[in-house]
Amino acid sequence: MINPEEGLCGPISLDNAQTVLFSTGNNAFFATRTSSTGLGPYFVATGCGACHTSDNRGHPFTILTRFGQSDTLGNTFLNEGAPQLGAFALPGFMPEAVPPGATSTRMIAPITAGVGFLEAVPDSEILNIAAANANNPDGVRGHPNWDTIPHFAIILNGSFPRADGKWICRFGRKASVYSILQQVANAYNRDMGVTSSYMPYNPYNYLDQTLQEISTPEVDNTTLASVVFYCTALQTPEPRNATDSTVVYGGNLFNQIGCATCHRPTMATGNSAIAALANQTFSPFTDLLVHDMGPADDDHYTEGTAETSEWRTTPLWGLGLAPNVQGGTSYLMHDGRASSIQQAIEMHGGEAAVSAQRFGALSASDQSALLTFLKSL
Amino acid sequence: MKIIVAFITITISICSFRPAMAQIDSTLLKSPASTKDTLKRTLTMDAIYNRPFLQLGKSPISIGGYVESDWEKVSTSGISLGNQFQFRRFSLFVASTISSHIKFLSEIEYEDDPSGDPDGSTGPQFEIEYAALDFEFHPLFNLRGGMIVNPIGAFNQNHDGPKWEFTDRPIAMSQMLPDTWSTTGFGAYGKKYVKDWMFGYEFYITGGFNDSIIDNAQGKTFLPAAKSTLSRFEFSASGEPSYTAKISVKNSHIGELGLSYLSDIYNTWEIEGAPVDSKRWLHIFDVDFNTTIPKAHTNIITEWAWIFLQVPPDYTPEYGNRQFGGFVDVVQPVYQGKFLDWEHATFNVAVRGEYVDWNVGNFQATGQRMYNDTWSVMPAISFRPTPQTVLRFNYRHEHTRDITGNTIGAALGTTAGYSLGLSTYF
Repeated sequence: MINPEEGLCGPISLDNAQTVLFSTGNNAFFATRTSSTGLGPYFVATGCGACHTSDNRGHPFTILTRFGQSDTLGNTFLNEGAPQLGAFALPGFMPEAVPPGATSTRMIAPITAGVGFLEAVPDSEILNIAAANANNPDGVRGHPNWDTIPHFAIILNGSFPRADGKWICRFGRKASVYSILQQVANAYNRDMGVTSSYMPYNPYNYLDQTLQEISTPEVDNTTLASVVFYCTALQTPEPRNATDSTVVYGGNLFNQIGCATCHRPTMATGNSAIAALANQTFSPFTDLLVHDMGPADDDHYTEGTAETSEWRTTPLWGLGLAPNVQGGTSYLMHDGRASSIQQAIEMHGGEAAVSAQRFGALSASDQSALLTFLKSL
Repeated sequence: MKIIVAFITITISICSFRPAMAQIDSTLLKSPASTKDTLKRTLTMDAIYNRPFLQLGKSPISIGGYVESDWEKVSTSGISLGNQFQFRRFSLFVASTISSHIKFLSEIEYEDDPSGDPDGSTGPQFEIEYAALDFEFHPLFNLRGGMIVNPIGAFNQNHDGPKWEFTDRPIAMSQMLPDTWSTTGFGAYGKKYVKDWMFGYEFYITGGFNDSIIDNAQGKTFLPAAKSTLSRFEFSASGEPSYTAKISVKNSHIGELGLSYLSDIYNTWEIEGAPVDSKRWLHIFDVDFNTTIPKAHTNIITEWAWIFLQVPPDYTPEYGNRQFGGFVDVVQPVYQGKFLDWEHATFNVAVRGEYVDWNVGNFQATGQRMYNDTWSVMPAISFRPTPQTVLRFNYRHEHTRDITGNTIGAALGTTAGYSLGLSTYF
């Protein structure tokens, strides 16, 4: 579970009891679910590790499709199995299909490593970053995705509801997930078809027209909690060659052309029950806000109060390691549409268009230095 | 590093002795019981009876068995479980000549992981691996029925620990093909020889696999997963017969070539007469060859298998529809003769090369290759005080990639380590 060289798969500093729990969670995270252990009947992946190989980004073979919500008012296709499509089905069952009239988008799994640090960032930090965008000359106007949270959510340190009862959410491509617990419960249920006490109904497929049955939890609370702890306690991806002159120069360019406005090099955590996560400065290269990425990235699907063209700033940490788990190439942006970092930059529109244009105006050697910097993350 | 130097030193020292006979030739093994067939020359298919037995007085019953135990210390991607002491197998054979041309053999085995699936293992078990009755009508036509070991390749038939110079079974023959794949069924076999040539055939109709081969804790098409379903000895998941056939040709100067094939409908496609799925086929092709190079007495054993199966079209690509793998063993006897009180002791040096691809093909989503493969090289030295007993020391260097080609993870990347094992017939 530990690979210090690559900076993934290992835990933060833990005490003995926490290490045992981390190890238990590690085993559960990388276990393969079968029909006898709750998989399906409709699913996207057979285990957490199928999408998050080495705690890294996903591969297109486990890409997921969400459908049914085209505005901030909510999902109108819940009776047809929304929000997530079970692209695969156990033998004898029919995989789901997007119902007529529903809009949809495809999302490739984001990196898992370091999510405990992101969860420990207090709302105040996120709101301060958003406030700083107010007069951004490049037109950056990021904002948090406020959403309702599930009944089983445990309120995070430094998290407070808005007057309308909605909370700042931060995980997922649309930043519509409140906490790691919610994400893990969602993933078991929607990605694997595994029920829990938190989400006791199997996913529904209107094509098969079987009943959406409540079932005995197929993952027990202890196992689910160990997976939550495992994700929470994963270390952050460590940059490589950070002192290399080209990397340093590329990092300066990254700041100069405005990338760092959204892909913030540093954030700070607040209080945490886990000592190694408390009051830490770390380098995720995200602001946890959603931004308008322009019409090319508008799939007419959304979650929470994000608009359809708005996406959460993807943490860039571990970016250079992505090809390790993506077959030697890259599948970047929310649906893997970019096959290289340069292509991903060039696909940035909307609030990121100015920075993308500045990147295009750089000399070839400067572009190369900036790309070298990104690959070092 | 010291261990590697010692390994090389011992190997070079041993190589300075004169060549001797390879010890994995099962014909060297004694067989005092009268359970062999009426043809004296053997093929791999005879391995099930070609073991050392002891006859109990004037009783028609002969007994035998073998035991296999190892120490190993390996690490994967730098992570080691430390020293592991493994009691892998204890096997007891009971054979009897019931009457002229009718014989029976059974094998009861204790195995540390009979499922072959480390992620789905229910722990060590005692199990009946073989229990079949043979009627010999003619050397070319014998009937066999009961719980049999399907002749999918040579290793499945000839897998006893004492016959091999390696502590581990070949990966492809144990984790792609299910080793000791036994089922209930009936069939015929026979053999004939003319001068230097020998021909053998086997054909069986048996129970088959089940849905677990594409629904298991390994997360890949994994035929050994079906071994966990003990009900297979009474209940065939598909209700359809599985067919296994093997032909073998041997020339006493060239070697033995075996070609085997298995076909099966592996899934439960109807429940109480009502169809719930389409029938899905499994096809296995296997080729094996073994020979001993004259003069040098170098023994070469190789086996390669190809698996093709129908996987539901809307199923995760983690469960592939094609697999390929095999191994090559080269065993060089370097000394045979008296050693201490053993008159026919033998030292061998050996090496095994092996490769398995559990998911041949490309991702439909990207067109990229699916990996999920392993290659391994395992040099070895072995000492046989007698032909029935082996003490072996192996070094393994193995490399494993997951389906995306990734090598970072607890069970991925490079595995390296040593094992020391003993195995003996008794």
